[in-house]
Amino acid sequence: MTVNGWLQILVFLFVVFLLAKPVGIFLARVFNHNKTYLDPVLRPLEKVIYRLTGVDEKREMRWTEYAIAMLLFSGVSMTLLYLIERMQKWLPFNPQKLPNVPPFLAFGTAASFTTNTNWQAYAGETTMSYFTQMAGLAYHNFTSAATGIVLAIVVIRGIARHETEHLGNFWVDMTRCLLWVLLPVCLVGSLVLVSQGVIQNLNSYATAHLIAPHSVQVTGANGKMTSKEVTRQVIPQGPVASQEVIKEFGTNGGGFFNANSAHPFENPTPFTNFLEMVLIFAIPSGLTYTLGRMTGSQRHGWAIWAAMAFLFLVGVSTVYWAEARGNPLLVGTDQRASALQPGGNMEGKEVRFGIADSSLFTTVTTDASCGAVNSMFDSYTPIGGMVPLVNIMLGEVVFGGVGAGLIGMVVFVILAVFIAGLMVGRTPEYLGKKIEAYDVKMAMLAILILTFITLGFPAISVVQPFGTSSISNPGPHGLTQVVYAYVSSAGNNGSAFAGLNANTPWYNITTGLTQLLGRFFMIIPVLAIAGSLAKKKIVPESSGTFPVTGPLFTVLLVSTILIVGALTFFPALSLGPILEHLMMMAGKTF
Amino acid sequence: MDKRDRRKKQSLTDRKILSRAIADSFRKLRPQTMIKNPVMFVVEVGATLTTIQFFWNIFHHTGQIGFDFQITLWLWFTVLFANFAEAMAEGRGKAQAETLRKARTETQARRVWGDDQTEIVPSSKLRAGDIVIVSAGEFIPGDGEIIAGVASVDESAITGESAPVIREAGGDRSAVTGGTRVLSDEITVRISSNPGETFLDRMIQLVEGASRQKTPNEIALNILLAGLTIIFLVAVVTLQPFAIYSGAPQNLFVLISLLVCLIPTTIGALLSAIGIAGMDRLIRRNVIAMSGRAVEAAGDVDVLLLDKTGTITLGNRQATALYPCKNVSELDLARAAQFASLADETPEGRSIVVLAKEKYGLRGHEFAQHNPSFIPFSAHTRMSGVDLDNRQIRKGAPDAIAKYVAEQGREVPPETKQVVTEIASGGGTPLLVAQDRRVLGVIALTDVVKGGIRERFDHLRAMGIRTVMITGDNPLTAAAIARTAGVDDFLAEAKPEDKMALIKKEQAQGRLVAMAGDGTNDAPALAQADVGVAMNTGTQAAKEAGNMVDLDSNPTKLIEIVEIGKQLLITRGALTTFSVANDVAKYFAIIPAMFSVAFPELQVLNVMHLATPQSAVLSAVIFNALIIIALIPLSLRGVRYRPVGAASLLRRNLLIYGLGGVIAPFVGIKLIDMLLVHLHIV
Repeated sequence: MTVNGWLQILVFLFVVFLLAKPVGIFLARVFNHNKTYLDPVLRPLEKVIYRLTGVDEKREMRWTEYAIAMLLFSGVSMTLLYLIERMQKWLPFNPQKLPNVPPFLAFGTAASFTTNTNWQAYAGETTMSYFTQMAGLAYHNFTSAATGIVLAIVVIRGIARHETEHLGNFWVDMTRCLLWVLLPVCLVGSLVLVSQGVIQNLNSYATAHLIAPHSVQVTGANGKMTSKEVTRQVIPQGPVASQEVIKEFGTNGGGFFNANSAHPFENPTPFTNFLEMVLIFAIPSGLTYTLGRMTGSQRHGWAIWAAMAFLFLVGVSTVYWAEARGNPLLVGTDQRASALQPGGNMEGKEVRFGIADSSLFTTVTTDASCGAVNSMFDSYTPIGGMVPLVNIMLGEVVFGGVGAGLIGMVVFVILAVFIAGLMVGRTPEYLGKKIEAYDVKMAMLAILILTFITLGFPAISVVQPFGTSSISNPGPHGLTQVVYAYVSSAGNNGSAFAGLNANTPWYNITTGLTQLLGRFFMIIPVLAIAGSLAKKKIVPESSGTFPVTGPLFTVLLVSTILIVGALTFFPALSLGPILEHLMMMAGKTF
Repeated sequence: MDKRDRRKKQSLTDRKILSRAIADSFRKLRPQTMIKNPVMFVVEVGATLTTIQFFWNIFHHTGQIGFDFQITLWLWFTVLFANFAEAMAEGRGKAQAETLRKARTETQARRVWGDDQTEIVPSSKLRAGDIVIVSAGEFIPGDGEIIAGVASVDESAITGESAPVIREAGGDRSAVTGGTRVLSDEITVRISSNPGETFLDRMIQLVEGASRQKTPNEIALNILLAGLTIIFLVAVVTLQPFAIYSGAPQNLFVLISLLVCLIPTTIGALLSAIGIAGMDRLIRRNVIAMSGRAVEAAGDVDVLLLDKTGTITLGNRQATALYPCKNVSELDLARAAQFASLADETPEGRSIVVLAKEKYGLRGHEFAQHNPSFIPFSAHTRMSGVDLDNRQIRKGAPDAIAKYVAEQGREVPPETKQVVTEIASGGGTPLLVAQDRRVLGVIALTDVVKGGIRERFDHLRAMGIRTVMITGDNPLTAAAIARTAGVDDFLAEAKPEDKMALIKKEQAQGRLVAMAGDGTNDAPALAQADVGVAMNTGTQAAKEAGNMVDLDSNPTKLIEIVEIGKQLLITRGALTTFSVANDVAKYFAIIPAMFSVAFPELQVLNVMHLATPQSAVLSAVIFNALIIIALIPLSLRGVRYRPVGAASLLRRNLLIYGLGGVIAPFVGIKLIDMLLVHLHIV
């Protein structure tokens, strides 16, 4: 670990901290229909959209109606994406003449992009045409992110409003989110990325002739290894920049290329790397401020931010420590950081990012449900690889996905308030709202569903041939691969641990299902909570009210997340990464 | 039987309660009963499964008989301990119900029939609306309202208070309770309840816990516990495939041990005991709550409406000072005031006599020599007094006396008028004393605030509860008393409908309101309030309207009721937190024990250095069972409540039950492990 490395991590967190307030205020203004400086341009456009679609912008919905609108919208969008994938051969912008996507993969991908997961069981440059990338995948990058954000806003409204059933209009919220929040940032951000070297074209793939040809070992049809001379390299092209900003800003994570943000065309410089990380945390961090602002308890918003920042620091420190320490089994190899080498465990990492920026990116992308990667987790040390896994297992509430992170956090807040709230001698209250049986039932339902899918499918996978056949490494590492696939799907993260062949019918279908369940069966109970909270009266605050502000609450919230969120996964972790780490220390690897 | 006797009796029956509780803990093993408590039901199913496996193992000569047997045994103990906790809590109520049942003996009633006829019928035949006559020495056959007569009644069967109370027709003391005994005189009572629905019947049901329903918060907590149980069930069930994949499959005993240790058995076992004990604490303070919901609401109360008289101040106003006019000696004024009041039986009148006696040494012995003739208070003159040989002494309200002296063309001296205004603005009531139509001076009557009441209000404020004093006084007087007593707010010149309006206003702002009341005109407000405590001396209407009845008829008890409500909620929260926090240590005991045979590297996780995998699992299970027994006293007694703000209360309880809950099992499991090794049990 180096001073420089720590500085980068701390500067990053500080920038995220500085952005929380302006982003939070802007979001609150957009969804409260207050004036913003973008209104002169966007307001007329918005009105035209409503007139064309017949949306009455004054009409607010109850939570059930909101949920149905959201499900309908997602369902139709998902079907559209599936059809585009299945028909891309006949659609335009396909210079590489890529064939139609096979059905299971098309379903898995459609589910994955609709749920903001962006789990990719394919390599973008060899599977998806430009049309599919732009009209299919990028479209979902925007809409699934907007869906997450508006749902978080609905939850905030549920907490803030009282004695009402109305929580806002799904179509209006979506339109405003896309027009005011996502599109402007992506427009500007894309240009910045292009200035750094990210490509944006519709060309067919370029071919480069190697100055120094090299030979590779290839397994022939008869199973014999033969040597093959490589003289040319195909360099994929495409409209990358326009897709890159929303990949991070909407915590989508689906890369244009298979190598994701490790690819120089997606993430060319340390500056773009920094920018991309900030983009991932910008909205989730800002939403905590929006929560405080809209509910009238700014200190509560900061208490949640502090809990997130604490868990983030614990995560990033652990990865950085584990990775910078290097591989203890490489005896006699110099793994120290110096002016000439980054040191540590550099397997699977990009030299232009080094240990600190890779560790930071890994923590950020799994804290948020982004899933963009700039290094390969499969090559991390066991403890370094455990952190992303744990981050997602906690429910991605450490800043979390756009909207989804705050939604998950609210579930934990409700649980924390409910478990400990009684200890002040009153029935539990959250910002003046009594937490009653119905709310607890819905919160437990959300957590239960996640537990079922994140533990259930891996349990089946590791004892059935159709599951174990995809595992590339035996022992605890293989277990981690499988568990990670489902945890990542359920958390709508979409990052892969790599090493697991997920493009099989079993994994395509079950991960797809996991993503859908993990998204919508988490959201619907939380929407129900929002609906129930909005109907309640607000009990005025007094000195007897349970404090949801200050360091005490932050500590309580962190403990609840760790005990309720993580303890469930402790057995799986101890047989996976923990065991692997201990065995590695004893000299055994997989 | 006085209160101390009752308490003593309680401890005498402890042995009886204990033996009955042990029997009950086995009776409660019936699955139909257990399923109401999902957490413990899971433990029972687990224990049944290990029992079957145990016998199967014996039959097939496999397994480790000693270990398997002990795990099975302790799993059953866990269930039994939970049942025992509930039975113990119920036991106290049951003993009390028995005492009450004795009061419900069949009696004969004299029912009025036709115009003037009476007939003897058994009390069980009485219906609401029947009219009965009860004479001295007879038991009142049912709940009702006195419609004629006045009597002294022994209510010790209900209240435990041996001193008889006066009950009379009309007014706010007209309610009588079935099973109490008339000591003197004869009363005519209109029966108000049907057999089986009397106050006594309801009380028996309540203390016995027969009609106990889960309260809203208890239901919510049960959902949380059931949810956690399912989560851990999934975690344990899926652990087996992971273990099989890793080449270290587990046996049923270890898996069920892990499950039982992880699910929140501690709070699951004690939850209903905490609720029953909360009701029981109220009953022991002679408050009958008609529902557990009311007790919970008491903890949530934001506003307390307190009647001034009897709650904040000592009964009535008392004479506290005399202010003579110019040229009148204080002693003369005192003597005149005393003479004017000797025949005055009102509390104010008596307090004047007492003041003259205590402060001026006057005993009024010479009084009889002056051929006194009393002038009683009349609404017309608004004065009272006495005519002696050649003197006329009067006392009364300042304007009445002013009118009285004006008839002789005299005036109230200006400096006396000044004194009158000062007393009034200070919250007191000035009375003028005049002799032969000449003003002698002023008597100041003031409210005497109960000792220690200010501190109690300070405590309530720290808890975030606002106190509002309700009084019929004018705003000036009310403000002065409010200041002295330290209440947050007051409602002056209050009429019953004002009280109602205030409650509705507070409730509209989302606050919960508690109040105490006794009169019929209090009934609507009592019904509207979230916690309405009716005085036992009150009318039947008030008792029906409220959701609690205070048998001691002490309105100050409202504060205690709030504290008991809070204590109940705190105890629940503390044990839930403790139970959840315990899981950390149990994982560290059991997970290494499960896998360290196949993977010796995992021994690192055995931070407690437990001797063997078997001893580790067994220690965790034993700790899990014993902690239930260890916490029974706390759940029955309740976590001590401190009147401080929520933030410091939370900090303190989180430290004790949260952090303590993380640490305690590490220590406990280690100690049990050492003991097991020492005794060569595993």
